[in-house]
Amino acid sequence: MTGEEAPTPRDVAVVAFAQTEHRRSTEESSEVEMLMPVLHEVLARTGLKAADIGFTCSGSSDYLAGRAFSFTLALDGVGAWPPISESHVEADGAWALYEAWTKLLTTDADTALVYSYGTSSSGSIRDVLTRQLDPYYLAPLWPDAVALAALQAQALVDAGDTDETALAAVGARSRADATANPHAQLTGNVPQGDYVVRPLRTGDCPPVSDGAAAVILAAGERARELCERPAWIRGIDHRIEAHALGVRDLTDSPSARLAAEHAGAFERPVDTAELHAPFSSQEVILRKALRLDGSVRVNPSGGALAANPVMAAGLIRIGEAAARIHSGESDRALAHATSGPCLQQNLVAVLEGDPR
Amino acid sequence: MSKEPVAVVGIGQTRHVAARRDVSIAGLVREAAQRALRDAEVTWADVEAVVIGKAPDFFEGVMMPELYLADALGAVGKPMLRVHTAGSVGGSTALVAANLVAARVHGTVLTLAFEKQSESNAMWGLSLPIPFQQPLLAGAGGFFAPHVRAYIRRSGAPGTVGSLVAYKDRCNALKNPYAHLHEHDITLEKVQASPMLWDPIRYSETCPSSDGACAMVLTGRAGAARSPRPPAWLLGGAMRSEPTLFAGKDFVSPQAGKDCAADVYRQAGIADPRRDIDAVEMYVPFSWYEPMWLENLGFAAEGEGWKLTESGATALDGDLPVNMSGGVLSANPIGASGMIRFAEAALQVRGQAGAHQVEGARRVLGHAYGGGAQFFSMWLVGSEPPDS
Repeated sequence: MTGEEAPTPRDVAVVAFAQTEHRRSTEESSEVEMLMPVLHEVLARTGLKAADIGFTCSGSSDYLAGRAFSFTLALDGVGAWPPISESHVEADGAWALYEAWTKLLTTDADTALVYSYGTSSSGSIRDVLTRQLDPYYLAPLWPDAVALAALQAQALVDAGDTDETALAAVGARSRADATANPHAQLTGNVPQGDYVVRPLRTGDCPPVSDGAAAVILAAGERARELCERPAWIRGIDHRIEAHALGVRDLTDSPSARLAAEHAGAFERPVDTAELHAPFSSQEVILRKALRLDGSVRVNPSGGALAANPVMAAGLIRIGEAAARIHSGESDRALAHATSGPCLQQNLVAVLEGDPR
Repeated sequence: MSKEPVAVVGIGQTRHVAARRDVSIAGLVREAAQRALRDAEVTWADVEAVVIGKAPDFFEGVMMPELYLADALGAVGKPMLRVHTAGSVGGSTALVAANLVAARVHGTVLTLAFEKQSESNAMWGLSLPIPFQQPLLAGAGGFFAPHVRAYIRRSGAPGTVGSLVAYKDRCNALKNPYAHLHEHDITLEKVQASPMLWDPIRYSETCPSSDGACAMVLTGRAGAARSPRPPAWLLGGAMRSEPTLFAGKDFVSPQAGKDCAADVYRQAGIADPRRDIDAVEMYVPFSWYEPMWLENLGFAAEGEGWKLTESGATALDGDLPVNMSGGVLSANPIGASGMIRFAEAALQVRGQAGAHQVEGARRVLGHAYGGGAQFFSMWLVGSEPPDS
């Protein structure tokens, strides 16, 4: 700063959210066909048309579809004609939302459409995710996401932070809560099952999901025009950790804690938290790092243990948290998204409704 | 609320080559990043966030490689954002990084784009499996050649224009130490005698496959004041997209490109690009795209772009130099190519472009496009800060 007072940044809010019914397989439809109803639904909630949107940003990964430039075809679903101001992150849609939030802060746009999607069913997701590891030393060994999460879970058990009974309770609670969520894939009394990789059992692991989600952001007065009770983004931040598991304390999530700090999550208590914790053990780690005690309603949607469409699951956490503010069920909510093996990269957003 | 002015204070590139077998992907990106930090005379600790881009992950066979690159780019404990907008990605990545500064989310941001094509095979990476793409559409040349033919038919351009561009760009590359192709014995006749690949595109009119990375340090007004070398100021930047295929699409001069340029000119107060812009670093992977983009970007009327090229105006000593660095035709680490255009534009207005410097360049356009000529990103940089 040059001594002048920094101008107050404008307020940006989530004003609408839509998602698919997440399913084990969507092989009968293309990604565009999966996405289009969600885009129509989120626009309908605000009365906006594609041409009214100031900026569009999406998140996805070519590796899920098994082909390069898969997002270029998804753009067809948006109806980008006349041409639109648009960008894409090769990451969960939560990071697309972060890019859109930045764009709105510059005042270059007043509204943004954010969407993301993933079809885990196109291949074997456990194999596919090994390709995101260090390509020279780690990826050639093909350690899959469940095996890495199990290493993390075992470290947590060894540290005395949890045990298998407690982990089972996380899964059971998530799927019980998911019965109230019409979009969830795995709901109700799901058996804990056999070990997949010790100490994780089937019930500790996310379902393999295909799905999509979309959010509309708006700035300032525009948000109030489009939504009765906007979910204001009071802070949003993301941080990354080292990639190599050997240099990280797997029982902790310093990047989630740092992101939460920068997002202002610790300034006042939240009443709701939507955590992107695909494995039950990761909820234990995140609750600690994000200082969520028993008074906070965690994952009322059922979370990623009820539906985990990769690349959309993080954006869905923001959407679910915002939807609870829209409906008045929450006043201040924390939303979290993760990327990379064993919670390597984490994003935290703090959402608030206007005081009642 | 006014935006924070954005300045480019550090630029680093690798020497682009067919295969960098001496470094890993991490080694490649770190080399460019360290050069950018050194140019800006800042340290890793001054960098608040990293914005990284590259073209499809299939090109190296690594899914979301930024996760593995966090350590190499000093990003641990910081925000790291990954952008992917096909061939335009290098430009888009710089714009996303610039927005972080403009929005005052961060004071100083490192942005970087790369491709290490030697790790895999881009031809296969781009050849989508049926039924997603029609058969016999081999690589990018197969997609773009019909649009070049359409341009020639529409504009009545003589068949020699493409070779003029290729010869010019390869000669310019001889003055750029970072360019991949240094063809010291190049002649116009050699370009014209090279094998026909995708009619009318000859072998010497196509871009090479390169390994390479490009990095920039972006900062605000306070950071620019500390810069040891002249900063380049962002005067306007925009992205535009349109669908891949639809009945009304003009592949010769896409509307998204026109709209993107118009937005940049509006932001920068450019009334007449031909008069107000001193030079252009343009994304020309096949030689004929120079005259095509000259029209699309408003430097020439429709059908007249080839005349500008033929007149010599776009030569290094012309009055509208295009691709002073040698351009994509002389180095194409795909994911980095757009950022190299943006960075070379910034080098010019900083007066740091060495042997390929355009004397007195004050406003230079950097341009990138991608996908089926559907994604565009551009920025205009100047030697003076923006008015507002």
